[in-house]
Amino acid sequence: MLIKKPSDIPSAEITPKGLYLNRRSFIAGAGALAGVALAARQLSHIIAPSEKVIAGTKLDYGKSSYSTSEKETPFNDITHYNNYYEFSTDKYEPADLAKNFNPRPWTIKVEGLVNKPKTFDVDALLKKHLEERIYRMRCVEGWSMVIPWIGFPLSALLSEVEPISKAKFVEFTSLHDPKRFPGQQRNVLEWPYVEGLRMDEAMHPLTILAVGLYGETLPNQDGAPVRLVVPWKYGFKGIKAIVDIKLVEKQPISTWTKAAPNEYGFYSNVNPDVDHPRWSQAKERRIGEFLKRPTLMYNGYGDQVAYMYNGMDLKKNF
Amino acid sequence: MKAKYLKPVVFLACLVPLGRLAWNAYSSALGANPIQVITWSTGTWTIVFLMVTLSVTPVRQLTKQYWLIQYRRMFGLFAFFYGCLHFVTYIWLDQFFDLHSIAKDVVKRKFITVGFTAFVLMIPLALTSTQRAIRWLGKRWQKLHRLIYVTAIAGVVHYIWLVKKDIRVPLIYAVILGVLLLYRVIVRATQHTPVQQRMDKPTTRIDRSTVAAD
Repeated sequence: MLIKKPSDIPSAEITPKGLYLNRRSFIAGAGALAGVALAARQLSHIIAPSEKVIAGTKLDYGKSSYSTSEKETPFNDITHYNNYYEFSTDKYEPADLAKNFNPRPWTIKVEGLVNKPKTFDVDALLKKHLEERIYRMRCVEGWSMVIPWIGFPLSALLSEVEPISKAKFVEFTSLHDPKRFPGQQRNVLEWPYVEGLRMDEAMHPLTILAVGLYGETLPNQDGAPVRLVVPWKYGFKGIKAIVDIKLVEKQPISTWTKAAPNEYGFYSNVNPDVDHPRWSQAKERRIGEFLKRPTLMYNGYGDQVAYMYNGMDLKKNF
Repeated sequence: MKAKYLKPVVFLACLVPLGRLAWNAYSSALGANPIQVITWSTGTWTIVFLMVTLSVTPVRQLTKQYWLIQYRRMFGLFAFFYGCLHFVTYIWLDQFFDLHSIAKDVVKRKFITVGFTAFVLMIPLALTSTQRAIRWLGKRWQKLHRLIYVTAIAGVVHYIWLVKKDIRVPLIYAVILGVLLLYRVIVRATQHTPVQQRMDKPTTRIDRSTVAAD
């Protein structure tokens, strides 16, 4: 009815029509992105906070002066946009795939070059003095969030086991269990996930073990039950579902460094001047914002952490 | 002539990916990073339409459904259409017209260099897709439109290079493209003049204006 003689449409007309739709879709897209989408998502977050219940129990915690006052990324985005290869390489999938993951019972072994090696039960860790740390999180992929973590300084845990002076690095290991982590059934990365910090980085007051988010225990897809958060480094340094912390003499080799040594270094400090070989790190998109914002040196934590890297060639030690 | 309304139906079907994207944008169902989803989706559909376009010739020859040639131009133009959307998404939504950073990207990032190349090479093909251009270019039209092979290869390489680690999906496209190109190599190697004539004849009978660039 609309098109009487379809086969007679001169093809030349297809393109203008395409361009017409093209323009309209962009107006629509941009409008939605700028306003409607944000407003609606905000709204759905307010009227449907039921998803929070999944996360679990409320935690007791204090505030911290290390927190930023920037606008927090909505809970729904923090829990539905996850780089968690143990579940999936698709950022939208872990939320669903982690639903039935049970982070109990769970222990974390702290061992290696220490006087008092000890195995901690995660429920005992939850009774530690917890703080809310609202940190910026910059992913190596070029996006960022502001996340209200609940946790405690890693240094508090490490001092309990009394590292000996030979200990120069800390090596973290994630759970390796392909039955519970479907992503581990393929060798997309070498499992288990391993990360590392230099001793001074590990003892730095900004470095925390997070056990919660938005006042409640950590959702599975965000690294339950315990994950590392090092806010001046790219997000992948924040190893999730930790089962082992080992104090060692030699610099550990991180999983991503093993996967692509020229792309992901041991330090992986956020640095707008040192690009990823395949993309620029100068800017980032804050989740929920339309325009990209400039990335800050050490993710804006330079005043607190820059001294640890004085005199270091940051292009070499990326 | 095949079903009278098939062409507009196919045309509308080709717009479904865009419609879905627009709908999801309106209902804010694009997730935490909508711009990334738009970029990814338009890019994916560009490659899909390139593959579909390149499938027309093998499919019509193998199934002897020679009338399928009528759809090749439409598919090709849709590849260009989604390519335009993808390109504009990058320029506008992703980079927000930051020409300095775009220029740097195009030169420095090989995955953007190769993607940009793929896009630019589609422009002359879209511009010469009219009946008049086909008539005017004659034999040269066929030669020019072989550029689609370069675009398709560059497009798939663009996808493989941009992925962080898990290249399963782009590899699927690489395999499909490999098969489509291999078919042409085989046909070319085993081709004799009578065969080609036999294959081309029905084309010219059904749609005289379209040159078969087999």
